[in-house]
Amino acid sequence: MPWPQTTKYFGRSSPRLEGPAKAAGRARYTADVELPGMLYGAIIRSTWPAAHIRAVRLDQVRAAPGIRAAITAQDGAFDVHFYGAELAAVAGISRQAVLDALTLVEIDAEPRPFLVDELEALRAEAPRVVPARANLTDGKAQATADVDAAFAASAAVVEGTFETQVELHHPLEPHGHAASWEGDELTTWSSTQAVFGCRSAFAQALQVPQNKVRVICEHMGGGFGAKFNPGVEGILCARLARVAGAPVKLILTRFEQALAVGNRPSSHQQIKLGADATGRLTAFQLESFGTSGYDVGANTGGGSGSARFPAPYIYKVPATRVKQGTVAINAGLSCAMRAPGHPVASFGMEAILDDLAVKLGRDPLELRLLNDPSEIRQREYRLGAEKFGWKQKYRKPGSSAGPIKSGIGCAGAAWMSGGRGTQAELEINPDGTVAVRVGTQDLGTGSRTVIQVVAAEMLGLDLAAVAVGVGDTRFPPSGASGGSATTASVAPAIYDACEKALAELAKSSAIADPRGAHWLKACKTLGSAPLRVRGVWREGLSTGGAGGVQFAEVEVDTETGFVTIRKILVVQDCGAVVNRLTCESQINGGVIMGIGYALYEERVMDRATGVVLNPNLETYKLPGAADIPEIDIVLLDMPERGVIGVGEPCTIPTASAIANAVANALGVRVPRLPITPDRVLAALGRVPPPSRQARARAALKSAFARIAQMPEPIGPEESPA
Amino acid sequence: MRSKSGAAASRPPEDPAAPSVSRRAFLRGLGTTAVSAAALGAQSVAGELAAANPEALRGPQATAVMLSINGVRRTFSLEPRATLLDALRLHAGLTGPKEACDRGTCGACTVLLAGMPVYACMMLAIDAEGREVTTVEGLSRDGPTPLQKAIVAADGLQCGYCTPGFVMSLTALAQTQPHPTGAEVRKACSGHLCRCGSYPRVFAAALAASKTPSA
Repeated sequence: MPWPQTTKYFGRSSPRLEGPAKAAGRARYTADVELPGMLYGAIIRSTWPAAHIRAVRLDQVRAAPGIRAAITAQDGAFDVHFYGAELAAVAGISRQAVLDALTLVEIDAEPRPFLVDELEALRAEAPRVVPARANLTDGKAQATADVDAAFAASAAVVEGTFETQVELHHPLEPHGHAASWEGDELTTWSSTQAVFGCRSAFAQALQVPQNKVRVICEHMGGGFGAKFNPGVEGILCARLARVAGAPVKLILTRFEQALAVGNRPSSHQQIKLGADATGRLTAFQLESFGTSGYDVGANTGGGSGSARFPAPYIYKVPATRVKQGTVAINAGLSCAMRAPGHPVASFGMEAILDDLAVKLGRDPLELRLLNDPSEIRQREYRLGAEKFGWKQKYRKPGSSAGPIKSGIGCAGAAWMSGGRGTQAELEINPDGTVAVRVGTQDLGTGSRTVIQVVAAEMLGLDLAAVAVGVGDTRFPPSGASGGSATTASVAPAIYDACEKALAELAKSSAIADPRGAHWLKACKTLGSAPLRVRGVWREGLSTGGAGGVQFAEVEVDTETGFVTIRKILVVQDCGAVVNRLTCESQINGGVIMGIGYALYEERVMDRATGVVLNPNLETYKLPGAADIPEIDIVLLDMPERGVIGVGEPCTIPTASAIANAVANALGVRVPRLPITPDRVLAALGRVPPPSRQARARAALKSAFARIAQMPEPIGPEESPA
Repeated sequence: MRSKSGAAASRPPEDPAAPSVSRRAFLRGLGTTAVSAAALGAQSVAGELAAANPEALRGPQATAVMLSINGVRRTFSLEPRATLLDALRLHAGLTGPKEACDRGTCGACTVLLAGMPVYACMMLAIDAEGREVTTVEGLSRDGPTPLQKAIVAADGLQCGYCTPGFVMSLTALAQTQPHPTGAEVRKACSGHLCRCGSYPRVFAAALAASKTPSA
């Protein structure tokens, strides 16, 4: 790999380029955009979980004081399938005017039966969520020969049922757009992970040529997979602006964030795992289903929202039978969420592996070293175990004394993380300053700083001499910021641009190496016109396939059921580290999001009314200041591999490691995320299981039986990520 | 009438900046009105109330609200139901305080009211009259504060949407507790949420900033 060996910035720690603007409150996000005559927009949503909408009448709304535009979400009659589905949108001169006018909308609707419980939706007599489709869809079965024979020949077989919740993205900046038309040209300020993707989507939905749409995203308050396209709200915002003849800003509320902009699908996994006497895995069987809302999930740039996931995840098992389905309920669609499918897959697989270790009387870390096919993770486990003190800390499950039990656990993950295709423009000015422009976006991941670091390193400049522009479709194209692909896609294009620029500058200035002491002199020879070159992504500078492992140490109070995480150790590979500081921040964030997934977060829906019961941040629990353990990060810096993204792999194994640590502490498994105190106490038999639980167990069993009936194979073969 | 913020609740009683209409004064006015209401007729009740409590009868239409923000007094035309956050963001053009939950959970809208951190989304603008409001923009007019510098240096931020809120609460902490412990820093941050998970480095930054001048 041609990345420089001795460096000033590359692989070291540089503060975030836009940090001062963000810390001072100067950074302008979509919600902060203010244009002359700008109107305030809002959406009217269905309060029926299922209904046929005969008509939406907006005459009274249009006549209300201060209202400038009111539009229906769809023409004519249509069906809605979840509480929160968009019905209409209104724009007016103030927030108050719009909120007042929302009460004047008349909706002629015929409510229909609905269900928000996945087990109910799987019953044969259940009403269909979408009349044209069975509730169980998206089926996929894969099998190798002789799975049953392999189980029969196994020395040990364990079985378990594991369940994960619907998780919400909840970026702190809500979804939103500001849209402004100049004649037939549209400019939007969009909170998005893909300015070019948004441009295409706006152009298509609004029937505008792509060269008349500009999408800007200067600063962005987090996306986590939920902001790949304009969404219904973006299109409604642009339509309102067109009707009103004035700019419109439409920012969703936190309430709407819980309903209609995506989520991570749930899962119910029935797993059977076999091993030979030495502990080597021999056979694996999975039946699973989960929900991605009323359909199989939104197809977003960052991956499908389907409830399927890779199995047996990172392990290679000679005989496998995998049957997976997606069950529809009357709820908002899922979409990509930080490493879609992987934390789900990891939780079940890593849990059953630990249960196998218990059955075999083996150390679970040993079992991983024996079975994990990745050479990188093998190294990481060894390195991590040493640093974590695994050998000294490991005790037999449930064997610590007293009411507060301690335990440790570990888990591994893989993520493709590759990226390609970015173009970049590099401008060298006669005064020696540099500007780099790339149509990527910085979600808070530090991609702006990555660009600055690479350019400064390659050109031999101070960071301050390099200005960076991102988040604008007038800049050279780059892909969506998803799949942890951004760094691997962008950094090589900057490298290429710098190399070309240096060659051109050398030629025009007749200075062989214009860097360093000759820089200003060489730049001066440009006269009055800056030198502009276009860099493109090229092979050999970045790669894919990030492996990581995590170790967790927990304490569980067996009287209250409360779990306290003492420590998380991360050993993460991400190839060549570009900027250590922001890379580590992403890993902190991945771990903390994993803690939320493990212990706190769950979208709760009411079976009787079909509404989300915790559509805010006080009842949907995100990790807070009191919940943060010691987080240790070891980066397996491997410059020879090239650049790899890290945003997603670092969140995958956290919940699995925590769940295994809890099982190690208690001596019993809490098989469902999040691991809340009531579930801990129920697993310990300290509280009687709720009367519903027995019924749910029976329903779950019959649901798995339905999945097991899937003919094999029924879908085209797909290799897991 | 009353802000629900902790700051208002903990304001010392002798605070000269307290709102001019107290609960007692309001009830006193109501009492005289009740006695005379039968004789004078209901029509004049409003007039009587207005005379007794002129400040209490504002709105529902937009009314002149004078706020002192970052040391500058400005008058805004606001409906009494407008929150302090809307006044700042939509009327004063100060977009440093962010709206992320609009119900006093995430802390992204935090400003200082007479030096105490409050959720601007949970307070009516008219309740902030008479007290100095400081937004994140008001902190760094002479360049970034040691805390802001430390947050940048330690990378105590990612997307940055929550950052102005954390900055305000930690600024208030630094004023009352210049050398806080880790536990005190966490407590000061306990009313803030960060979805990117920058907490460890926010804590580190606050501790680093507290050590800047001496130790």
